[in-house]
Amino acid sequence: MTEPLLKIEAVSKRFSRRPALAERLAGRITGRPARDETVHAVTDVTLEVARGEVLGVVGESGCGKSTLGRMVAGIHAPSEGRVTLAGQPVARDRGGHVTKLTPNVQMIHQDPFASLNPRMKVGETIAEGPRQHGLTPPAEIPAMVRALMAQVGLEGAYANRLPHQFSGGQRQRIAIARALAMRPDLLVLDEAVASLDVSIQAQVLNLFLQLRRDLGLTALFISHDLSVVRHVCDRVAIMYLGRLVELAPAEELYAAPKHPYTAALFASVPEIGRGRRAFHPIEGEIPSPLDPPPGCPFHPRCPMAGPRCRTEVPALGPAGPGRAVACHLEHGGTGAEVAA
Amino acid sequence: MTAALDVRGLTTRFDTRAGLVTAVNDISFSVEPGRILGLVGESGSGKSVTGFSILGLIDAPGEVAAGEIRVAGTELRGLAPAAMRRMRGSKVAMVFQDPMMTLNPVLRVGDQMAMAVRVHERMSKRAAWARARDALATVGIPAPEERLMAYPHQLSGGMRQRVAIATALLHRPGVIIADEPTTALDVSIQGQILAEIRRLADETGTAIVWITHDLAVVSSLADEICVMYAGRIVERGPAEAVIAAPRHPYTRGLLDSVPSGHAPGQPLPQIPGSTPQLANLPAGCPFRPRCPRATDLCRTTPPARGSDGREVLCHHPLEAA
Repeated sequence: MTEPLLKIEAVSKRFSRRPALAERLAGRITGRPARDETVHAVTDVTLEVARGEVLGVVGESGCGKSTLGRMVAGIHAPSEGRVTLAGQPVARDRGGHVTKLTPNVQMIHQDPFASLNPRMKVGETIAEGPRQHGLTPPAEIPAMVRALMAQVGLEGAYANRLPHQFSGGQRQRIAIARALAMRPDLLVLDEAVASLDVSIQAQVLNLFLQLRRDLGLTALFISHDLSVVRHVCDRVAIMYLGRLVELAPAEELYAAPKHPYTAALFASVPEIGRGRRAFHPIEGEIPSPLDPPPGCPFHPRCPMAGPRCRTEVPALGPAGPGRAVACHLEHGGTGAEVAA
Repeated sequence: MTAALDVRGLTTRFDTRAGLVTAVNDISFSVEPGRILGLVGESGSGKSVTGFSILGLIDAPGEVAAGEIRVAGTELRGLAPAAMRRMRGSKVAMVFQDPMMTLNPVLRVGDQMAMAVRVHERMSKRAAWARARDALATVGIPAPEERLMAYPHQLSGGMRQRVAIATALLHRPGVIIADEPTTALDVSIQGQILAEIRRLADETGTAIVWITHDLAVVSSLADEICVMYAGRIVERGPAEAVIAAPRHPYTRGLLDSVPSGHAPGQPLPQIPGSTPQLANLPAGCPFRPRCPRATDLCRTTPPARGSDGREVLCHHPLEAA
């Protein structure tokens, strides 16, 4: 087996906030000193992506999927662990700081209205990266822009237009062309089709599949939409409250989810053709990442939780070929069996 | 049985710089008590404007230009502003996509809900709070007493939307218009709210118009579906029938665009092009430039409503299953 292109090794990310002056003063007066607030955005995630593979990262808000994507793109430096692309750290850190963003990872964001410079002609937007990094000789840039625009299904003559002259779907195509212009090894798509209408979403998904076939793209596909992820991804990672809870090839995961959260998530998603039916929604709410519960992050909502789940964090362990699950049910029991 | 909501020939126009835009064009539907109507469409289809028109929330330069809107038999069009205010909230209520637009951020949940109660009914504050507490319990909020004391920012997104729905329920209105109320929520929370809404409709007999772009949501929630395109209802029928065997080519195209049900990795059947500008609609059928079944007839003549239990606005509808 060849070395994976992307390696995410035991990566954690915490964001801390010092209490404001007023809070510190109030803390001193009441005798309860205000502490730093720490958000555990991502905790101990290990993942690998092979060259040519599309890995889906799925979860609800606050699960850390976007933070993970940003660490892969080198926007955030991990608090612990490391992210390497073909053996090289993505953020060339000197003292833990991001000093240079690697052009080998390109990101496509959710909102194509926010991610394009409204004052810059789209041809310029596409050409800016390769020009800055000296990837394309200046004389070849106009031809490169035309070729890229054709590749994403836009007329080359539109290169002189501004973003407001395009629809949402067209803007997302421009964002894709801008990312491809850098000839990246890896694409990070963060909810890239979430804000598009269904008919436009289908067009952009088809474009992605086409580009994947033509260019052999490797990608991290971050989404909350289970049906979209199933359609474009080879493997899927499910995250909950900053932790990776299940990892499996897409088909097998959808056929038989193993983690109770994955199963509950699938059961609460409405699907066309399943008809009117009673929902079996997950009870309760997602806990705050400011104050994650002890033990398994899912135990307060889990119908199968036992005493062990309340105290001990389950490790991600193998669960069949190519699959991994972080659940005591799979690995030694929840402790409820003993009590029963 | 009198329909809880009966809309006939509703037409809403906006006088814009680009010209007179017909955002809602001669649409008709009705909802009976305890039933849920799914109003489905993409951006710009006129689905939200329909909701706003029913509540009388269209401001200049827009106007409801034609049609009848009856709530439990009472015609809303032409009501004096004071009379319309009495209807709004007590007989017909609305739930918006963003609950923070509905909730006052500087008032306790209990205070603002009690205020909504006392606008329509003479009642002591204590009794109004009790009513608010009951409404919160109805939408499945645990520990409603404590939630009444909370400010909106102390609640999660799902909890805020439940509060907004509970507020809409305070006067047991016959009709609730819900405009994309779960779009901004996580799937597990959306599932909880859909389950509550279905139970509410069944138990209280409230008629619900559920406006959404999400076909999967309506297919699991609604009794009847209206599909909107460019301001018109292009297909209307029982939810199961419309989903299982759509007859308008646009409905077919929309359903096919959703990835679930297709072999992974294979190209999705897509509707070419994009939704037309309302100010610049093509002659004939507005869907014609994107339609695989279009003929010369569609180029010149707008299709008329046909009706055989299923209304389909199309010259060449797909075969009935």
